[in-house]
Amino acid sequence: MLARHYIGESWKHGLLIIGALIVLIPFYMMVSMSLKSQQEIQSISGGLVGAQEIQTFPVCTKHGYTEEVCTMRPYKYNFWFAFKKAPIPRYLMNGLIVTVSIFLIQVLIALPCSYALAKLRFKGREFVFSMVLFCLLIPVHAIALPLYVMLAKAGLVDTYAALIIPWTISVFGIFLMRQFFMTVPDELIDAARMDGMGEYSIVWKVMLPVAIPALLAFAIFSVVAHWNDYFWPRIVITGNRDLFTPPLGIREFRGGIDSDEFGPMMASIVTVTIPLIVAFIVAQKRFVEGITMTGMK
Amino acid sequence: MGTISLKNINKSFGSTEVLKQLSLDIQDGEFLTLVGPSGCGKSTLLKIIAGLEQQNSGDVIIDDKNVNSTRASKRDLAMVFQSYALYPHLTVRKNLETPLKLRDYSFVERLPLVGNFVPSRKEKKKSIDDLVFKTSETLKITELLDRKPGQLSGGQRQRAALGRAMVREPVAFLMDEPLSNLDAALRVHMRSELSELHNSLKTTFIYVTHDQAEALTMSTRMAVMIDGELLQLDTPSEVYNNPSSLRVAEFVGSPKINTFAAQISSDGSVEFMGIKLERKFNTNSQKALVAVRPEHLEITKDSNKPAFEATVSYRENLGSDIFYHVQVDQSDSKIIVRGSPAGPISNGETVRISPSHAEAMLFETSGERIR
Repeated sequence: MLARHYIGESWKHGLLIIGALIVLIPFYMMVSMSLKSQQEIQSISGGLVGAQEIQTFPVCTKHGYTEEVCTMRPYKYNFWFAFKKAPIPRYLMNGLIVTVSIFLIQVLIALPCSYALAKLRFKGREFVFSMVLFCLLIPVHAIALPLYVMLAKAGLVDTYAALIIPWTISVFGIFLMRQFFMTVPDELIDAARMDGMGEYSIVWKVMLPVAIPALLAFAIFSVVAHWNDYFWPRIVITGNRDLFTPPLGIREFRGGIDSDEFGPMMASIVTVTIPLIVAFIVAQKRFVEGITMTGMK
Repeated sequence: MGTISLKNINKSFGSTEVLKQLSLDIQDGEFLTLVGPSGCGKSTLLKIIAGLEQQNSGDVIIDDKNVNSTRASKRDLAMVFQSYALYPHLTVRKNLETPLKLRDYSFVERLPLVGNFVPSRKEKKKSIDDLVFKTSETLKITELLDRKPGQLSGGQRQRAALGRAMVREPVAFLMDEPLSNLDAALRVHMRSELSELHNSLKTTFIYVTHDQAEALTMSTRMAVMIDGELLQLDTPSEVYNNPSSLRVAEFVGSPKINTFAAQISSDGSVEFMGIKLERKFNTNSQKALVAVRPEHLEITKDSNKPAFEATVSYRENLGSDIFYHVQVDQSDSKIIVRGSPAGPISNGETVRISPSHAEAMLFETSGERIR
């Protein structure tokens, strides 16, 4: 009986393990390639970290560095050269500026909106809310072109504004916070009104602190989406490399004379991914809470 | 001062009429209970007084001033809520300070950081600290001041919520079923504490409850509301002993009052269950209802007393009293009789029940009292 039970269970686990491997193998490849030398990558040898033999890297000398500078262990070279080739800190900085500004402005707009939709009685509230739900259904790609034209007419292409403005009104954020605010008892708001708070004070001094868990969940959704976004920055940042976000930056490593040098490329990807992974590990519990709380995905 | 008067208040939500032409005068320093079954509009009335809800028509007058268009916070009232509604992210101290800061500080003084540099703030802060301390001493919550509401028990939260209302020294306290989230023992205890608090503060209390026992025990006057109408406003004993209508009589008192169909003869004498009441009534109706409270029915063995027979179907033992649920033999109605625990009567036994003539009340079949 028992053995049978284990067999019955094990195929489920087997399936899950295969699924996990499919997701994890690209990450393994990424980390491994960022550590190994070009020969090891191409011959698919060396396991996770490779032999780490000190050697001189030809692409490096081609870029005009002396042989002495270009002689080191592969892992060191990959990361060193990635940073030499592209201004990765600048890209990370851009990513940070864009995602944080987007998130802050989203909160600034979504909180009063969702408070009004959840707690104030006014004519047409249901209609406005159904419009919010309707907007959730519009894919970004469908409106990308008109958005681009508008930004171009306003002369905002190739600015931070172009990266930020289209995302400042998050209907998903409004929807999420509205659902959360529905669960906040009316009495708390009435109490605040009796104490003498105005509606805006209630939003920022009562609802905001109460909604921190929901906001954290939303923060993760928002930051991950915009940190990883390749599509939109690719459209509105046409030439100015100083405005590249991390995903655009990674693209730098493709093409050109050394297009097949995977080590530094993977090293740059690792660098770009690390902030998100760290953030996820720190907020993991909250993240899962957030997803289950909202019933999304 | 804390006189509040309501004149012809009407309120409806959509097509549902919640309050109908309601008028009420509340005297300074009185403990007035608004009592009625759930959905009778008592909480809505309280919110209208507080200014959290706007009436469709009618006037709210506080201390001879019409406050119809005055904001909730400017009416100088304080409210205690059923769920306490303490700010969950603030300590008890901060909860108590909030209404004072919002009232006393100017806009600049309320600003974070910048506010610290306004010289007048220091003085105000001191008076706020004093008030918070004084209030916390009165309510015995001084040692809880630095905790957050989540770390408090139900009773402690209740006190903190009371404290937040008290610090403002308002003209009147509005309480919306403040004890209904407490367990039974604590609720009885808090009743007496609230009464004591009322005695020492001498401020007007308006207390909303669906529990007629709370209304009877605490209030100076109670207002019985049913279906958006004020049916009776009087002292608890008067409401209990002398209800103005059958609905009031049935709502106030536990267990519920017993009613019997009665015939009235042309000379005004009343007969029910084969018993003729000693008193005569002045009415033109021929049919009426006689209502007798369970404690005014007696289980008797004396065959000379006018009585009717019934069968005990259920005994409800409360220790000090036993309530017998009995099936009346002549009809299919069930009534409740209070008996003493001595001389036990078992289920299924037939007993003779005799009403107290002086306490029997007569009502029209439509519910009005016949005196």
